Amino acid sequence: MIEIRNACKRYGDALVVDDVTLRIPPRGITSIIGPNGAGKSTLLSMIARLVGLDGGRITVDGLDVATTAGPALARRLAVLRQDNHMTARLTVRDLVAFGRYPHSRGRPVPGDADHVDRALAYLNLTELSGRFLDELSGGQRQRAFVAMVLCQDTDYVLLDEPLNNLDMRHAAAMMRLWRDACRDFGKTVVIVLHDINFASWHSDHIVAMRDGSIHSQGTPEEIIREPVLQAIYDMAIRVQEIGGRRVGLFYE
Amino acid sequence: MTTLAHLARSARAAPWLLAGAGVLTLVLAGVSLFVGVGEVSLGALLGSGERETRLLLASRLPRTLALLLAGSSLAIAGLVMQMVVRNRFVEPSTAGTTEAASLGFLLVTLLAPGWPIMAKMAVSALSALAGTLLFLRILRAVPLRDAMLVPLVGIMLGGVIGAATTFLAYRFNLLPSLLAWTTGDFSGVLRGRYELLWLGFGATVLAFLAADRFTLAAMGENVATSLGLSYESVVVLGLGLVSVIAAVTLVSVGSIPFLGLVVPNLVSLMLGDNMRVSVPWVAVLGALFVLACDILGRLVRYPYEIPIGVVVGVIGSAVFLWLILRDRRAHG
Repeated sequence: MIEIRNACKRYGDALVVDDVTLRIPPRGITSIIGPNGAGKSTLLSMIARLVGLDGGRITVDGLDVATTAGPALARRLAVLRQDNHMTARLTVRDLVAFGRYPHSRGRPVPGDADHVDRALAYLNLTELSGRFLDELSGGQRQRAFVAMVLCQDTDYVLLDEPLNNLDMRHAAAMMRLWRDACRDFGKTVVIVLHDINFASWHSDHIVAMRDGSIHSQGTPEEIIREPVLQAIYDMAIRVQEIGGRRVGLFYE
Repeated sequence: MTTLAHLARSARAAPWLLAGAGVLTLVLAGVSLFVGVGEVSLGALLGSGERETRLLLASRLPRTLALLLAGSSLAIAGLVMQMVVRNRFVEPSTAGTTEAASLGFLLVTLLAPGWPIMAKMAVSALSALAGTLLFLRILRAVPLRDAMLVPLVGIMLGGVIGAATTFLAYRFNLLPSLLAWTTGDFSGVLRGRYELLWLGFGATVLAFLAADRFTLAAMGENVATSLGLSYESVVVLGLGLVSVIAAVTLVSVGSIPFLGLVVPNLVSLMLGDNMRVSVPWVAVLGALFVLACDILGRLVRYPYEIPIGVVVGVIGSAVFLWLILRDRRAHG
């Protein structure tokens, strides 16, 4: 269980995350949606202790993210942000193997290689495993980092816009991957998403943010509705039901 | 280049290639023992050549060891710095580190001339660390979009520190000593005057032991933190190692620019940035490069010598230029 109590973050005068209190239910996918500048990524980074809190408290399984030792938290929580553009020249396999670092602390243990092989296979990277990261396309690199996160094998996974750079096939596969991981291994996955339809289709729970606060939260049926989306995004979004799922149409 | 890179990357060939480079380094080290104005030959050594033995032990052997130690540790200093700063064009001489070490050494020589060399070296290392931290502070204050501007900032900072140092040295009549430190030269290396360099070797071993941490740091603060690493402490460890290496080499043999740039970049092109793989390569090739440059400097104008700083500077700046132009082409 991730518990956020009165979390605040300010950059200069701007209050980016404004007194957010939120419980993210264990097991399953929780999507965070909202317009640009709503504070989604900042909140995610605060949970992942990549950004410090200016107030409040965040705990993961009761562990305070501000005070828990780095390695202990890293065995429980993995995070992937969107700033991997400048990176060291590693092979895909080496990068993915670093996902085992919190467990082995640099001394590889038996079973590590299996973890790495499985993560590579899950993301269709086996053939590319000997390539350097700077020899890959943006989407392939993105998948390599996701494989590293998968290899870290944590109960909690935080992903910041993981579908950027991905084509439709890989985007859909990515969401299926995390849904399966939730179902099979009881993981808790928190994803910041821009595409409300991916959120609608795959989430168990949706949190909508606006202006640094939680605007609303609930199941996809509760959030993907015309009046709610209108209030979140300040635009008319037509919602249609297709095969029992809700799809928002915002192309007009 | 590409075939070599492919060969080096294949797990089976890599150890053999590394061993080959090691053997080549040892051969050059052997050559280095026998190149010089004073005649030293194997025959004389095996016979009753007392003068030759003394020359070998007092001068040639220390010089060769100094070359090996300084070459490998300076290359490692460049590698560690590139990982920690996350820029391929920084090394102690393009980040203000060398100049700050030099300023520290000058100050301690002026203020406490009686201190033992170890203490002076420590002051110089601390000064190097302070200079490097100042460099990082400037980088943080002026976020640069272009990777190429980072070393320019460092070179400018080094220029300012260097100017202050030169002024001080001029006022206190220490210009000749300053020139001796700032131009790398192994001709003055004698027994008893190079042993500090073993500290650089110690720093190289530490760099190898902490290789995974540095690789993680090179992936950025977010990735490192996410994997449970204390990013700040890795940066401090890395800059500490770099400062010690910069100070001991400066004090014992003078500065050798570009070495820490050329060798790690060539290894990175060949084998990538996984430091566990690259540290042995960088150490061996650094030693090899410096040995070759020193022997070249001893032979070009035989029986006179060209200081190694000049030889490495000429070759190194050419390779540096090539790297920059290549980078520009690769990334448009």
